[in-house]
Amino acid sequence: MSEHDHHHHDHDHSELSETELRVRALESILTEKGYVEAAALDAIVQAYETKIGPHNGARVVAKAWTDPAFKKALLEDASKAVGTLGHVSRVGDHLVAIENTPGRHNMVVCTLCSCYPWEMLGLPPVWYKASPYRSRAVKDPRGVLADFGVSLPKETEIRVWDSTAETRFLVLPMRPAGTEGWSEEQLAELVTRDSMIGTGFPKTPGAPS
Amino acid sequence: MNGVHDMGGMDGFGKVEPELNEPMFHEEWESRVLAMVRAMGAAGAFNIDASRFYRETLPPQVYLSSSYYKKWFLGLEALLLDKGYISKDDVASGHSVALPKSLKHGKFSMADVERIMVRGKFGRTAPAAAKFKAGDRVRAKNIHPATHTRLPRYVRGHVGVVERDHGCHVFPDTAANDAGEHPQWLYTVVFDGRELWGPDSDPTIKVSIDAFEPYLEAI
Repeated sequence: MSEHDHHHHDHDHSELSETELRVRALESILTEKGYVEAAALDAIVQAYETKIGPHNGARVVAKAWTDPAFKKALLEDASKAVGTLGHVSRVGDHLVAIENTPGRHNMVVCTLCSCYPWEMLGLPPVWYKASPYRSRAVKDPRGVLADFGVSLPKETEIRVWDSTAETRFLVLPMRPAGTEGWSEEQLAELVTRDSMIGTGFPKTPGAPS
Repeated sequence: MNGVHDMGGMDGFGKVEPELNEPMFHEEWESRVLAMVRAMGAAGAFNIDASRFYRETLPPQVYLSSSYYKKWFLGLEALLLDKGYISKDDVASGHSVALPKSLKHGKFSMADVERIMVRGKFGRTAPAAAKFKAGDRVRAKNIHPATHTRLPRYVRGHVGVVERDHGCHVFPDTAANDAGEHPQWLYTVVFDGRELWGPDSDPTIKVSIDAFEPYLEAI
């Protein structure tokens, strides 16, 4: 299938609708051949739309902020620790949690494709999968952070984790000041997706979201 | 392979542009592509390494100008054609005209959906003792495999330190070519930013990759 095949088509429809037609055709072929049940494809999409998302990671982070034994277990073996929580147990075997400290900020990328902890954070955003982030994160992480409006003290060590294998990384951000006595549920509300990738911070208590 | 997908350290792609309140899918067809890739993989048509390799082997200009799910679609179609699950006549007519090929795990049905929402296991029994341990200084080999590899170009030839040992995992370099899992020890190896990007680069940066043992040599 080369791009040249398309030159004979009329150009009334956009490249997008061209793609849409090809995707539909492939789905017909796969279902007609008996490879996949069409309803099962619907169910996959629905599962992604409803079951995974950054709320899973946020609950893990909030628990680590309030429960020192859980935090220790999480940093030692994140798959095992998360597996002990009923609500997010389907995390696979190779999750690694990495802790931000005042001296060190962690940031996660996949320069080769788009590896990302789906079970913890959902499907990755477009920018995570796109060339600007993948190319620059390992060479100019401070410049990338500036694109997110994030700046760190110039002496802070920045550790970039390139996800080149099946290990998946979850950043454990620092707990915001002014949250003493907060419940896990309240804290989870402050945990943003980007703070668990390392391209942002948790929300500040009282700040407009 | 030294493809455009291996973009760590490249310049010129511009700013990162986060989208506020980004939807999970921008077009409905994107979700169908995701579902087809997951279903056909689970049915045994290919493994995750092969699916990555077929996206990497898209022509560079197509790779760089296609959206994420367009790349997934093009890679999926090429892979299914190559492995004989679909034919050129099927694609040309938009319907199945050729006989189906049997799938290793059979038809993907509703009963399989829950299974694929749990991440696969890639850890394997170690065939040999680990060569390296945390704290060892190692060099990423200067190798340029022509097929799939997970050793990015920007670390090749550079010296780093083993930080973590993740046990033995499926080796993508062979698994992608249907040449077997050949489990290998996997380590997080950390490189100083100046080792990778030169003496004038930001001294506060450290970059790690997860490296399979065959990617590394003792120094």
